[in-house]
Amino acid sequence: MATVLNFLTRRRGRHGFDLTDWLSWAYLVFGTVLMFGPVLWVVLSSFKTDAALAQYPPTLLPFAAKTVAVEGYDKPLELYRITGGEYQGRHLAEIRRIGLVAQMVDPAEPDKRLKVNIKDRQPEQALAFAVSNYTELFSRFNFARYLWNSVFITVVATVITVLFNSMAAFALAKYKFRGRTAVFLLIIATLMIPPTINLVPIFLVVSKLGMVNSPWGVIWPAVATPTGVFLLRQYMLTIPDDLLDAARMDHASEWRVYWRIVMPLSAPAIAVLTIFSVMWRWNDFLWPLIVLTRSEQFTLQLALNSFQGELQTNWSHLLAMTVLTLLPITFVFAFLQKYITTGIAQSGVK
Amino acid sequence: MTFASTAVRTVYQAAFNSLERPLLFVQNLVGMRRVAWMFLLPNLVIFGAFTFLPIILNYFYATTGSDAILLSQRPYVGAENFRTLLACKDYLDPNTCQQDIFWRAIHNTAKFVVLQVGLMIVFSLVTALILNRDIVLRGFFRGVFFYPVLLSPVVVALIWKWVLQRYGLLNAGLEEAGLSSVNWLVDANWSFFWIVFVTIWAHMGFYVLILLAGLQAIPSDVYEAAEMDGASKWRVFYRITLPLLTPTMVVVLVLSLIRAVQAFDEIFVLTGGGPGTATTLILHYIYETGFAARPRLFGLAAAASILMAAVLMVLTLLQLAVTRSRAEG
Amino acid sequence: MAALELEGVVKDYAGVRAIHGIDLKVEDGDFCVFVGPSGCGKSTLLRMIAGLEDITGGELRIDRVRVNEQRASERGLAMVFQTYALYPHMTVWENLAFGLENIRTPKAEIKERVTRAARMLQIEEFLGRRPKQLSGGQRQRVAIGRAVVREPRVFLFDEPLSNLDAELRVAMRREISALHRRLGNTMIYVTHDQVEAMTMADRIVVLKAGRVEQYGTPLHLYNEPANQFVAGFIGSPRMNFIDAVVDGTDAGKVTVRDAAGQAYEVSVDGSGISPGQEVTVGIRPEHLEVGGDKGHPVSVQSIEQLGGQSFLYCETPDGTQLTAHFVGQTSMRRGDKAHATFRRSFMHLFRKSDGKALKRLEIGEAAI
Ligand SMILES: Nc1ncnc2c1ncn2[C@@H]1O[C@H](COP(=O)(O)OP(=O)(O)OP(=O)(O)O)[C@@H](O)[C@H]1O
Ligand SMILES: [Mg+2]
Repeated sequence: MATVLNFLTRRRGRHGFDLTDWLSWAYLVFGTVLMFGPVLWVVLSSFKTDAALAQYPPTLLPFAAKTVAVEGYDKPLELYRITGGEYQGRHLAEIRRIGLVAQMVDPAEPDKRLKVNIKDRQPEQALAFAVSNYTELFSRFNFARYLWNSVFITVVATVITVLFNSMAAFALAKYKFRGRTAVFLLIIATLMIPPTINLVPIFLVVSKLGMVNSPWGVIWPAVATPTGVFLLRQYMLTIPDDLLDAARMDHASEWRVYWRIVMPLSAPAIAVLTIFSVMWRWNDFLWPLIVLTRSEQFTLQLALNSFQGELQTNWSHLLAMTVLTLLPITFVFAFLQKYITTGIAQSGVK
Repeated sequence: MTFASTAVRTVYQAAFNSLERPLLFVQNLVGMRRVAWMFLLPNLVIFGAFTFLPIILNYFYATTGSDAILLSQRPYVGAENFRTLLACKDYLDPNTCQQDIFWRAIHNTAKFVVLQVGLMIVFSLVTALILNRDIVLRGFFRGVFFYPVLLSPVVVALIWKWVLQRYGLLNAGLEEAGLSSVNWLVDANWSFFWIVFVTIWAHMGFYVLILLAGLQAIPSDVYEAAEMDGASKWRVFYRITLPLLTPTMVVVLVLSLIRAVQAFDEIFVLTGGGPGTATTLILHYIYETGFAARPRLFGLAAAASILMAAVLMVLTLLQLAVTRSRAEG
Repeated sequence: MAALELEGVVKDYAGVRAIHGIDLKVEDGDFCVFVGPSGCGKSTLLRMIAGLEDITGGELRIDRVRVNEQRASERGLAMVFQTYALYPHMTVWENLAFGLENIRTPKAEIKERVTRAARMLQIEEFLGRRPKQLSGGQRQRVAIGRAVVREPRVFLFDEPLSNLDAELRVAMRREISALHRRLGNTMIYVTHDQVEAMTMADRIVVLKAGRVEQYGTPLHLYNEPANQFVAGFIGSPRMNFIDAVVDGTDAGKVTVRDAAGQAYEVSVDGSGISPGQEVTVGIRPEHLEVGGDKGHPVSVQSIEQLGGQSFLYCETPDGTQLTAHFVGQTSMRRGDKAHATFRRSFMHLFRKSDGKALKRLEIGEAAI
């Protein structure tokens, strides 16, 4: 314990722990609870049965009533611990409840029916993960379909984004041609025009192209990101021109120069753009909401939204679906946090 | 791992080989001088179709009426849509306006932007300052605050909806503490509070990151010099950290303003704009008018988005000016 | 093997002329060095030959065939870059093989050629490494190796040694010369270091501000610089220059007088000048004799003694700086008064108006 405290209060270089350090720690611990708490709560809740979800106040962990199979009864019966009265200390199974009295039975003597005041009994609970919340997403709901739609859009859009943006960035970084500055400024200018202010006409273009209710209607408008072009161009500027010239002397076509020299050397920037693009497309909401109106085309985000919008929110499945949706991003975060944060800090984009 | 990288390399090679011949043909066709355009073309076509063309079309939608999507079927109405939007006896009282929801949305957006951006900056600054201290597990805590940034808006909204629901965790906690529970998302004031809170919760990590980068760019010898001068902690903060951080703060301010004006996703899922129109913001109005409601009033939506664009344009130009002056200074 | 011809080659950058009509013939198998101060257009010229830069005007021929319109890869040349330009993401082997793969050379032949080049340049043990894991000299060898495997018609080098330390530079200089003797290819070598130029070249092209100042063998440039610029550029330390006015011209010699009234006799053809005209007298430090009690008086400003050779930095009464260089050691000290002897067969004379050299009639060096 002392070593833990020692470790936590250690500061690089100097020693001593003053009031501001304690306040900082309090803030950070509170922040951690506030940031992770709700997510953790959703993850725990997603393993609860409908009955446990309805319980108020809720339990932290997913508990479910323990049941026993009793001879002579078709269904398993719920098990109770008796806390008072005649049968105090015994474990009985409940057959049914009539008013304030419960008809119960001892699993060891299935023939005898016992009457117990409901105030004298406590349900026996056990930790039980309702994995069925998850499995039913696949069996009863079209979850696989939504997942596929999301994965398809994310992967295809990211591949196209990286390809097109890096080609444009290559042209802007490594060629001198008339109109280069103009094109670059034009692309920078589109940074100023978020798609949200052009929803109506983009919808027209998409519907003219017959892409309403098609994943391509989400993919194409999104792939030419000014952010990506800008990010990659800045990076490619640092690749020495001599390398490209050397490749040209080595009989490389321009396409080969791009593909074999510039692309591999831009790998760090491309990784950042890939992560961004995956994040953008996986999390996209408003535009898919407009373009995809048929439920078999829904992405995960749309499916989640339509689930929660139903009159009687089906929380058990909704929570499971939420968890499955945040899982991939959480993995990306866990493994690539450093990459992402430096990428963002350097480029100032998200 | 090696298998995966071999597979990636094979696909990469195959893609290259299949594309080289046609592109070499194009390269020979257009000549070296114009080969740059060959690389630019795909991106420019998409920019053209989905950004530049729509900018122009937006204007045509804003000046035509009816619920037809095809421009050829839309009658010209001039500035009618703008007049409808702006028809108001008293701009401070949405009830006197023809498009009362539009004006409510504007009021809400203004309130939201001021509150959200103000609080966001305060909290992200405090967090960045603390994370910039010499504390163990600094990397972990940085990750903690950044994690929600990556979550999708829908997921963020659902997480909080689950916590805030009538019989949710928060109310249970309050009752445990002897307080009375509240129906958070049904009360107008509370739900406004929560959309501010949740959007800050979701995006703060991003600004913390930028501020941290700004803090770390302050050379440590400045602090050492101040220490030699015997400056107190607060003085160091007011006279050194804050002034040197100001450019970064302005960037954060402008970026968060631009985002706040366009806030939609989390709020749409969390409150649906309600109760009533208490949390309906401007983008929500545009979406409702243009796409959700029947008939779809594309013209009105386009006109509203042009008004929003004007605000964004000002904010973005501000950002560019700031970034430039920072780059030069 | 190839001969190279440039005829009236011109380069404009956005309307600004960087190269002003260059005429040049590089013979097959020659080692030709482009030398000149920074910014004079050496790299530009080389890159135009390579095909990396468009030729604005004029004609470039390789083996009598016009190649202006051919792309870099079609000209059959290979280039070694100042920064080496090794592909950082490829191993040494891949770096060497990349060019051959691009023209679909059979695998076996690639292997054969790469191995041969690697052995020749002694980089066999590094073939599996990335450029980052090599020293500067090793990188340089790989860069040369990459050119060698291509078996090009002409090798182009753009200041290949400028990133190496002095000692390594001398060693690499010899190696490149040896490579040239061994392969016998035409090589064009750009440098701003005149020592490199003198030691390696068959022929030197001196460039200045996009124009050829002189073209010839190293000794020709040393003995008969065409103008004051070349005279000052070739030779180290620099030639001494003294401003003077023509006193009289005789057959076989010209007499001039400096500002202090000292007279010099120079053995040049005086037909192009007349008395009263302003000129510059030139003499190389190694030809200036200081000591004795005859000649022009000078005062010693500082001395550098290297043991085997010495440098004397002197000043004439009118303030002109003179450098003398001689083999051996000296007992002179700073502040000493001495006399400098100018022998006319060692002297150069340049017209002040255009810097052109007057034809030397006697060349001291030839006599040694
Ligand atoms: N891309 C370009 N655009 C405009 N001017 C250029 C360009 N490249 C070179 N120049 C100009 O052309 C002239 C010759 O440049 P070059 O690079 O050939 O000089 P250099 O002799 O190789 O010098 P150094 O010894 O420093 O390498 C310079 O005045 C330079 O400013
Ligand atoms: Mg150069």
